[in-house]
Amino acid sequence: MPLEVPSELEKSIDDRITHYPVSKRSAVLPVLHELQHHFGFINEDAVEWTAAKLELEPIKVLEVVTFYPGFRQSAPGKYHIRVCRTLSCAMAGSYELMESICEKAGIDRSGVTHHDPIAVSADGKYSIEFAECLASCGSGPVCLVNDDFHEEVKDVEGLLKKYN
Amino acid sequence: MWKDFLKNTIKAGKKLVMSDIRYIKGKEPHPRETRVIFKNVDREGWDPSIACYLKDGGYEMLKKGLKMKPDEVREEVKTAGLRGRGGAGFPAGVKWGFIPPNNEKPVYLICNADESEPGTFKDRYIMHQDPHQLIEGMVLSCYAVGAHLAYIYIREEFPEAAQILEKAIAEAHEKGFLGKDIQGTGFDLEIYVHRGAGAYICGEETGLIESLEGKRPYPRIKPPYFPAAMGLYLCPTIVNNVETLCHVKHIIEMGGAEWAKTGKPNNTGTRILCVSGDVKKPGYYEVQVGHVTMGELINDICGGLKDGRKLKAVIPGGSSAKVLRADEKFTIGKGDDAKEIDIWDIPMDFDTLAACGSMAGSGGVIVIDDSRSISWVLNNINAFYAHESCGQCTPCREGSLWMKKITDRLVLGKASPEDIDTLESVAYNIDGKTICAFGEACSWPTESFIAKFRDELTADTKSDLSGDIVNLESELAAAGLK
Amino acid sequence: MSEDLLDVQIDGVWHQFPKGTRMIEACRQAGVEVPHYCYHPKLSSPGNCRMCLVQMGMPPRPMPGQDPAEPDEDGHLPISWMPRPVIACANTIGPNMGIRTTGELTESCREGVMEFLLANHPLDCPICDQAGECSLQEFSVEHGKGSSRFRERKVKKPKNVKVGPRIRLDDERCIMCSRCIRFMDEVADDPVLGFTDRGSHTVLTVHPGHELDNNYSLNTADICPVGALTSNDFRFQMRAWFMKETKTIDTNCGTGINITVSARQGEIYRITPRQNNDVNSDWMPDSHRLNYHWINSDIRLTEPLIKDGGRHRMAKYQEAIITTADKLRNFDHSEIAIIVSGRMTNEEMLMARLLKRTLNVKDIDIIPRRGESDNYLISEDRNPNTNGAKSVLGLKDPGASIDALKKDIANRKIKALILLQEDPLTDGAFSAEDLKPLEFLVTSYPLANPTADLADVVFPGACWAEKSGTMINVTGRLQKLNKAVDGPGQTMAPWEILRDLIQALGGGNGIYSSADIFNLLTKEISDFSGLKLEDIGDQGIPFLDTGVTLPLVEREKARIAKGEIVGV
Repeated sequence: MPLEVPSELEKSIDDRITHYPVSKRSAVLPVLHELQHHFGFINEDAVEWTAAKLELEPIKVLEVVTFYPGFRQSAPGKYHIRVCRTLSCAMAGSYELMESICEKAGIDRSGVTHHDPIAVSADGKYSIEFAECLASCGSGPVCLVNDDFHEEVKDVEGLLKKYN
Repeated sequence: MWKDFLKNTIKAGKKLVMSDIRYIKGKEPHPRETRVIFKNVDREGWDPSIACYLKDGGYEMLKKGLKMKPDEVREEVKTAGLRGRGGAGFPAGVKWGFIPPNNEKPVYLICNADESEPGTFKDRYIMHQDPHQLIEGMVLSCYAVGAHLAYIYIREEFPEAAQILEKAIAEAHEKGFLGKDIQGTGFDLEIYVHRGAGAYICGEETGLIESLEGKRPYPRIKPPYFPAAMGLYLCPTIVNNVETLCHVKHIIEMGGAEWAKTGKPNNTGTRILCVSGDVKKPGYYEVQVGHVTMGELINDICGGLKDGRKLKAVIPGGSSAKVLRADEKFTIGKGDDAKEIDIWDIPMDFDTLAACGSMAGSGGVIVIDDSRSISWVLNNINAFYAHESCGQCTPCREGSLWMKKITDRLVLGKASPEDIDTLESVAYNIDGKTICAFGEACSWPTESFIAKFRDELTADTKSDLSGDIVNLESELAAAGLK
Repeated sequence: MSEDLLDVQIDGVWHQFPKGTRMIEACRQAGVEVPHYCYHPKLSSPGNCRMCLVQMGMPPRPMPGQDPAEPDEDGHLPISWMPRPVIACANTIGPNMGIRTTGELTESCREGVMEFLLANHPLDCPICDQAGECSLQEFSVEHGKGSSRFRERKVKKPKNVKVGPRIRLDDERCIMCSRCIRFMDEVADDPVLGFTDRGSHTVLTVHPGHELDNNYSLNTADICPVGALTSNDFRFQMRAWFMKETKTIDTNCGTGINITVSARQGEIYRITPRQNNDVNSDWMPDSHRLNYHWINSDIRLTEPLIKDGGRHRMAKYQEAIITTADKLRNFDHSEIAIIVSGRMTNEEMLMARLLKRTLNVKDIDIIPRRGESDNYLISEDRNPNTNGAKSVLGLKDPGASIDALKKDIANRKIKALILLQEDPLTDGAFSAEDLKPLEFLVTSYPLANPTADLADVVFPGACWAEKSGTMINVTGRLQKLNKAVDGPGQTMAPWEILRDLIQALGGGNGIYSSADIFNLLTKEISDFSGLKLEDIGDQGIPFLDTGVTLPLVEREKARIAKGEIVGV
């Protein structure tokens, strides 16, 4: 099914494309970001739409989408949480943070695999995944909730309460 | 030295001296710090708007620099000896000089804001709190290398910083610091923010360029694809780190020679050290390069180790830097100047850390105390690299995951002593055999951890295990490591 | 030109190569094979497999104030060896460079890369079609460890994926060399393949809902160094090592694509393109490649047929020849016409020319066969030897007289027709009505066909794979066709039929082989004078100046000129 892109979104995308006067292909990431921001994830239709928009073979877009964990290929929860997994945060307790969030948000991560790294709560409100180093190693454990950054996260209940 | 710096700053005619600046309570710089790049980070009453920046004398250096000839700007940067703050420590002025002299193609400049080396968290604060400093540094750098189109390649995990930068760019445009005929000098420049999507490999400059071209960020082979000659769209391209580009502003302000008086010879300027791990006060500290030792950094600036804990190891320059063991002895200096020092006395500069067998890298210092299992630390690092390997070339693609799988077993008590030998050999089979420096980045931790902690790693093995292939997925989950 | 030659030491021996030569090609020219997977001279060089790592050295650079190194008595500078290996595929040689393809560093690199490549490989050689012609097997034997230290679970990937109508993919066997992707991007201009996911989980994929259905898709299976991409047509049919290979040329169109026919016990199992940089590079279209199954089919004519009382009966070959000769004697020379095929060799055309002379016949022509050029390798001329017809038969405009001939048959000026290696009823060149007025029709053709149904004498004519000879392609290149298999039953090559017919008509000629006819060609046809068959070789020789070029080859030449590909 062709993706229905609202005209405002398309205008914003067209504007992004002008940032790449030498090659439209360069706009693959920005276009995908705009689409993901609007639709929550990148599905096959979004890949096809992007390919058509940038006059590329769809595989060239899919190659990019699947490379980057920043592009989700399935619907996340309303609030998508990314907990930093890497060394300094792990030393500061990010695995414990992950466990705690999952417990309090009702997320079961047992089905998580390399290809399917995101777990969603039963009510669809929260989804979670580990992210690699979020570059705030001095204030771990850290996480992103949608686009909001949180550091030294200790109070999980307080965090979840902000996103209700 | 700190006083010298102040004197120089005043001599250079700066409008503000540091003493005028107040910092947010609880976030004051440590007295050992020399705040140049981070002057405005956590500054009281400071905001990222252009109004605030201009009030503080912002964009004056842009005006000054654009009155110079481009080669004069280049020369100042070369004289300053500014070494790249992204990881490799390559002199920026020399890099700029690699653009072919007879070049007729457009030149591009890319600001590498992919800050993704574990342990590093400095560019984040520049972009969040002082975006115009970066833009001013970029305009000067673009002018110096003849670029009229520049991109800030920022990692996707910095969504707020991307917005702040875009706003700052719009403001700079409005004030005539970007766009056509900047400040009536005839110099044109557009800067765009380009967001990544979660890939460490995009910090590698040719991987970044491929990503910016809309392709999978597979690093290019060098030769022939040296970015300064064949970079973005196969045109000469300069890729510099955020902190590096910011320094250009200060070099123009002070003059290359004066700027070079800060820091140490061949290790000039200030740099931001990011300390994380097992210290009381982790954080970012801007110091003159080589002016503080590891001991001063950990014990004085960072408040020391946690109570009752002893230092076990330090990873001094981001997670790919080779680990230093707490009780190691290091030989620095050459000939008659050679001396043996211990870890506490290592001055934090490029050359000394290299002489100690590691590197200053991206300035990310990860401190590991005696409560940590070395196997666990190494496994965490290996998991990072296995996740981030782009998969383009064979040794890294197959080796990084293999190393992770061995250390997975190690932390679960399912590895044999021979596995340590295999692990070491896998690392050596990656090191130096790959397209890009990721090969070293992912093999150096394993190589150095085994070289320095073989006993401890072996202690986690079981000699009665042999030959089994184990299914680790469920066990890793059970151990809370998935 | 000597200033453009650089001195390079390979494994201790000094050689000279032109500036710009890739290290791997310099080694090859010096007789030293450097193992590789991703490198292909017709594609860009990503340097991703790392199998071609070698040790490199250059003359030491003097430190400031230091004197440069002294050359030895032969003028060579000492070599300072680099501790890190370099890839031989993408790096070019430098003056006084040293290359070591043996020694501890190179050997440890190869052993390491082999171990990595096999770590997650399924090692399913017993059921893999690539076995016997697999670079992974070959280099593993030469450079590998012999045993694996990999004790982990292997990465699971898609298997037996139908990526296109003619290609199947096993992702677990794929070593991510990207040759197939680059071929589709750079040569076929149909970028449907790509890598998805990343790291060790990277998989070769065709986009969901899309297919690798390009007419050049099977080339990806050819260049796949392992068993990841296999041809549906060849899959599970025959082990590579059982087959006999014959170098010959394709006859589906005027390009004359160089091919290798692989056969066992007289049966063709596979056709693959054979490198010829002036004709087809390393490639061929699927449609040409797969057009061979009819050769083994059961609608082959196997015996000569003679029509008796309106019905065909099987006959001995000699009887068919004598019958034909006898019938032809009943006609005045002005009542006989000859149509030969543009699919026949120069030698066969010469024999047709001799038959024409023997019978003193005026009319001889070929049936033109045209289609659209695909702008790659398929020529719009679908006859492989139209230029042969021009040169040997002396036709200025081959096929131009066919319409006139039809009229002559209709008004009974022509009463007997010798129609060799064509089935014009099926092709549409003639209708049954057109042929009906004839009093005598003799044909030869490999397959049972409607034209043959009308014929008084029918010969089972050998197809292209069953005979030898020469052809001239659209660019004017003279190339050799070599017999790969025997025809079934009493199948005869057209040159044999023609020879025997001439003999039966009283013209003895002492021809025993196609090579004998070639010698005759050099005497009879001025274009061929002074030529020897062995001069043609496996690659053919430029022969006529036609001014025609091949689009794919021209594009490749442009890429070579730009340095994008090596091209050898």
